[in-house]
Parts: sequence; structure tokens; C-alpha cells
Amino acid sequence: MFDFSKNYFELFGMPMGFRVDGAELASRYRELQKVVHPDRYAASGEQSQRMSLQSATMVNEAYEILRDPLRRAQYLLTLQDNASDPQPQTLNDPAFLMQQMELREALERVRTAADPQAEIDALMGEIAGLIKGQIAQLAVQFEDSSADQLAAAAQTVQKMQFLNKLHAEAEAIEADLEEVL
Amino acid sequence: MALLQIAEPGQSAAPHEHRLAAGIDLGTTNSLLATVRSGRAATLPDASGRHLLPSVVRYTPGGVEVGEAARRVAAQDPLNTISSAKRLIGRAVGDLKTLGSELPYDFITGDSAVPRIRTVAGEVTAIEVSAEILKALGQRARDTLGGELDGVVITVPAYFDDAQRQATKDAARLAGLHVYRLLNEPTAAAVAYGLDRGADGVHAIYDLGGGTFDVSILRLHKGVFEVMATGGDTALGGDDFDAAVADWILEQSGLTRDAGRGTLRHVLDQARAAKEALAKDATVALTVDLPEGGHWQGELSSDMLARLIDPLIRKTIKTCRRVLRDAGVSTDEVEDVVMVGGSTRALRVRELVAEFFGREPLVDIDPDRVVAIGAAIQADVLAGNKPDDDMLLLDVNPLSLGIETMGGLTEKIIPRNTTIPVARAQEFTTFKDGQTAMAVHVVQGERELVSDCRSLARFELHDIPPMVAGAARIRVTFAVDADGLLQVEAREQTSGVSASIEVKPSYGLTDGEITGMLQASIDHAKDDMQVRRLVEERVDAERVIEALKAAVASDGERLLSADELALVRQALQTLTDTARDAQDPAEVEAAIKQLEKDCEFYVERRMNDGIRKAMAGHRVDEFAEEDGREAE
Repeated sequence: MFDFSKNYFELFGMPMGFRVDGAELASRYRELQKVVHPDRYAASGEQSQRMSLQSATMVNEAYEILRDPLRRAQYLLTLQDNASDPQPQTLNDPAFLMQQMELREALERVRTAADPQAEIDALMGEIAGLIKGQIAQLAVQFEDSSADQLAAAAQTVQKMQFLNKLHAEAEAIEADLEEVL
Repeated sequence: MALLQIAEPGQSAAPHEHRLAAGIDLGTTNSLLATVRSGRAATLPDASGRHLLPSVVRYTPGGVEVGEAARRVAAQDPLNTISSAKRLIGRAVGDLKTLGSELPYDFITGDSAVPRIRTVAGEVTAIEVSAEILKALGQRARDTLGGELDGVVITVPAYFDDAQRQATKDAARLAGLHVYRLLNEPTAAAVAYGLDRGADGVHAIYDLGGGTFDVSILRLHKGVFEVMATGGDTALGGDDFDAAVADWILEQSGLTRDAGRGTLRHVLDQARAAKEALAKDATVALTVDLPEGGHWQGELSSDMLARLIDPLIRKTIKTCRRVLRDAGVSTDEVEDVVMVGGSTRALRVRELVAEFFGREPLVDIDPDRVVAIGAAIQADVLAGNKPDDDMLLLDVNPLSLGIETMGGLTEKIIPRNTTIPVARAQEFTTFKDGQTAMAVHVVQGERELVSDCRSLARFELHDIPPMVAGAARIRVTFAVDADGLLQVEAREQTSGVSASIEVKPSYGLTDGEITGMLQASIDHAKDDMQVRRLVEERVDAERVIEALKAAVASDGERLLSADELALVRQALQTLTDTARDAQDPAEVEAAIKQLEKDCEFYVERRMNDGIRKAMAGHRVDEFAEEDGREAE
């Protein structure tokens, strides 16, 4: 079947980089699945079905990674990071960490706020804005693959992880609030 | 080994025999069979013109009755007449009390984890009851189409868990049907609607059946149906509406739940009839035969019905809200809301759904038949009868899959709404020095605590080399196939020791039990089993030969060297001869495997060729310009 040693960008025939055209990616994804999906082999032999299953699984995995900015950035770092130290670096940005703490405290206060719905909407908007900012940063940092820029990208990735986790927690609170409605 | 049933544009694949394929909607209340004939999908009626087969099976000392005949006598013979088997399939004994409305059967409380029902014809499980329904539909297909079915697509609620899917597949196996694919009901409905309209965009499918509720959000793009999120409740449906109305009738008529099974059935029938009548009229008169003689007479208004069922409908709306959030879309991005399932006939359901989505739902395909029709269309595609068709369904797993970790907590490995097929791995380690075994407990569900999730299976990994705590690296891999069925493997990375299981839930039937049932169902007079297997293997061989011939005819000369072509032709000849002459099914099976092995390189080459062609439509430079930057 297709070459499993290809990286996901090569698999999708797209240039390797952080900036990805989402519509183009989705269109290539659909074209690839039209070729490899198990539904195309439902009336075939076991072996073809097995191959198709493996290929379709890989195409799905590749698509999930390429379309998500954080996972795409992490993936790019693993592709470029051949020799350097795989140990995660610690995040060295006191201002960012302080802001995280404040956001977390604000989240904890939501349930007791006068208007929890408005409060959570505002917080989610703020976190989403911060995530957008990090994505813009990443786009710049991956522009050139110098060691400095990649190290900076690795820091941004860590910040994204913090923010995504916060966003997920905010979503959970929002879901809880809606349940009560 | 049919490779790509895709042909180049304007050039169809080598003509091959049209395969008989059908879609089956195995419903809680009614089941249907549909097929595509002369390019049109339609449900098939029985000899007396009825399309709906009531999902009711009656066991008598003389045999089994399925459908209308069984349904009619349900009130007289409640213990031997099983309806709503779908509510029980894939469930454990412990689940019974959580199923809400009472099931008036004689359950055997034994050591078996699978609920068994005592009937005059012996003990039966929901899997066997479902198999009887599938057999009846299989027979209807043979009678109508005049041949053996090559394969079927059976629909299941999108929110069915692994155990319920596995049990449904087992029922088909018992009924002697080859399952191409288990298809989620809302996705099937989307196919029936989408192809009808060719409407690209985001659609919501609201599917409320007799015993299950599903909602799916899909994006349709040029024949590709991508499910974005799905949710539901496998124990909520029109049956619960009926039960709510029946409870009210009991209360009004001064009866209690101790009135006897026959009376309860009668009241339930009255409740259902009243609910159905209120889809048209504002009020309906009620008459209940009292057990001690005489009647109770009353009236049910649509306002009262709304009061009784609103809490149930609100539960479905809550699920809609969550699914939209999972899909990341708002109600105004949803272009259509499609209503599926007999219970969406209730006007109150339509009202509340319209209110939530802010638009009138679509009801123009018969909500009872739309799922079967979608399944038939997909079965036709999967059979390879439409080689040029672009249609593709990309579905998701409805519930998160994970394993139990320390402290009874769930560690999710595959989150819900991940596109299938999917495989994910995670590493775990030992927590004691010298630990040589590890128990893996596979669970499904969204909750943090294992005890709140559904337990799917347990297995153990042994012979881990003794190491200090935390040194072993145990990689647990979850793989979900296109039917939504899970397989789990655990492997210790340093030693390579591994253990894997196909997740056969603790409350499913074992392979041995199924083989036993199959054998029991076949007349033992001769060695029928052997004959049947030989026929099946020959059909398989035929399928493989035909597919390979079609492949060679379409691109053999282009993709293969002369030597390779000769090799493929030789392999074809060998299998053709073996399939014709061999009397031992194992021999035919081995010959099929051999051919697949010999021609593997060709299969790979065709798939690569397909990928190359698929990607050739896109020019990288064009895209890079559009994006305003060069590729790295």
C-alpha cells in the first residue's frame, strides 16, 4: 500500500510548514479516503481489507494532526528535531505563568458569579484570543527553521498546551451551566 | 481482492455480475429490508404487501413466529412473545433494571452475564431473537430477488456501544447473513436524504425510534458524508412515550402495575394507539378492559400528551445541544434538520425540535423507511455495483474508549467523535518492583470514574520481565475498525511480550456459543456444515477471482510487467481450478489465501496508483501561491 515511511505532509502532497490551507487539506483528505477507505474494499478479500484499514487509519491520523495547529506544531518539531535534546524544556515566561494563574482563578469564580453565563462567555473569548495569538506566533517562528526560532516555537507549543487545557476546562464549565438550563 | 473499484473517469471497470445486496433497518419496534433495483432504492414488502416487519418473535412448542403474527398475540402470550429485543441486545443482566420501562419477560437469573429469557421453546437471548428477525428478512430478500444475498448493511443506532454492535453482528452471523458493514442509523438517513437533494453543507439528523435516540451532525461535500459529532441515548424512544401514557392511564383508571401482564400489555397497546391518533387529532377517546370485567373510559388530549412526554423530549434536546458543541457548529450553521424514526411523527417532537434549531424539520421521506433506504444505497456501493460512484461515508466513534488506571479512574485513549477507522496507543508502566503481570480493563464512556463507564472487557498481560517500578513500558493500542468495533493490544516494549483481544464483551456470546447455535440450527441429517462451508468458500473464491479479473482488465497491462501479468494469470487459474474441483472447504480457503499472497504486490501497486491519481488533481505550486508563501 502506500509508503508508511512518508511524513504526513508528503502523504497529503502538501508543503511542509506550519501554515496550512485548511480547505485544501480537507479536500485532499477526502480524495485520499476515497481511494483507501475500507468501504472501497467491502466486497474484497481479507488482505485487501486489512491493507485498506491500515491505510485509512493512517490517513485519519495524519489529517487529525495536520488540521490541529497545536498537534501540527508538535509534529513539525518532531520532524525537525533530529539530534537535539528530546527533554521538554521548562517554560521560562513568568508573565505568561502569572496570567495563567489569574485565568484559572477567574474560572474557579465563574460558578458563583452573578451572571455565570456571561462570565464564562467572556473568559472563553479571552482564552480563544490568546490561543489565536500563539498560533500567529508559531506561524512566524516556523518561517525559518533556525535553531533559535525552533526553540522559541517549542516554548510557544508549551504555552498552547496550557491554553488548550484551560479552554477545555472552560468548555466543561459551560456545558455544566447549560445542563442546568 | 478487488482492488480499487474506482475506474478512470469515463471508463467503467470491467463489467461484472450485479451482486445482490440489501440494507436492513433492525428496529426496536419494526424492521425493514430495502434494496437498489434498476438504480432506485426501495423497501421490499412481504407476500401480503407489508413493508414493516414488526420486530416481534413468538416462541411456540411447534416453532417460531416472526412479525405481525407474533405481534397480534403478544397480549395473550406475553411470556413467549419477545418484542423490543433491541433494548436488550448487548446488555448485561445488571443493565436490565436501568432500562426504564418494565420488560414483561421471564428473565433467568443465573450465572450467565447475558440476560436469558425463558420461553416454551427454551431459553433465548436477545441475539437469537434478533437473528430470527434477520432470518425472516433474509428469506424475504431471497423470495423477492430470486437469489442469495451477497451481503447486507445493517443499521445500528449511532450511540450503540461496542457490546451492542458486536451483538448485532453476532445476530447476523446466526442468521447466516454476510455483513458488509454496520452503518449508523442517522448516517444512513443522511445518505437517503443527501443523495436525493445533492445538498452540500451541514445537516442535523434527529432520529427518534421506538427504543433509541440519536442525533448526528454531518457535513456533506460532493458525495462525502463526514460525521462531525454524534450523540444519543440507547434507552430512550417512543416506547418510553408509550410507557408514560400507560402510567397515566393506569393512574386514571385506578389500575396498578400488579394488574397482570396481559392487562399491562393491553394498556400499553391502548397508550400506543392513543399517541399515534394524537399525531392527527386533538383528543382521543380511551377504553380499557378491566381485568375483573367491565371497562374504563376516558380521554387523552394533545395538551395532556405534551405534558406527559415533554420531559423525555427535553432530554433529547439537551443531547442536541451537546452534539452541536462537539461538532463546533451553532444552530444557524445547520442547513437542514432531518427527522427520522417513527417517533418523530409525534407533533410535539417536531414542535420542540423546530423551536431548538430555529427551522422546520424535514419530514418528506417516510421516517420509518429512510434508514433502510440509506442502508440499501450503501450496500449497493459496498457490493461494488457502482464502480464509478463517489459516495463515501466517514463516521465517528460515539463514545470515548479508555482503560482503567490507578484509583479506578478512566484514562481516555480514543476520545468520542474521532473519525474511524482509528488506532491510538498510549504507554503505561508498572507500579511495583518486579511486577510481572498487568491487568487491562477496557471501558467505554465519558465519565471520570470507571464505575460510571461501561466495562467492555478485561485481559491480562503476563511474563513482563521483572524490573523496578516504572521501568517497564507497556504500550496499549486501541484500534476501531469501520464497523466501530474495537480491538485492543498490550505489548511490553523492551521484551516484546504481547497480549491482544478482539473486544468480546463479557456479556456477549462466545465464539463457541455462536458456533453451537449455528450447528443446532442446521439440520444434522448429513454433514451439512461441511457442505455449507464449501459453498461459502466457493462464493468467496468467486468474489476474489472476479474482482482480480476486473482489475487486470482495467489496468493489468499498464501496471504490470509481462512476467508479473503471467504470474497473476497463473494464480487466477490455480484458484479457479481449486474452487471448482476441491471438496474440502479448507483447501479452497487455503487457495484463496495463496492467491492473495501471490498478488499482494499488485494490490499495493493499484492502491498507490489510485493515490497518485487522486493527488494529481491538486497542484502543489498553485496551492503554495494561493497561500502566499513558498513551501519549505
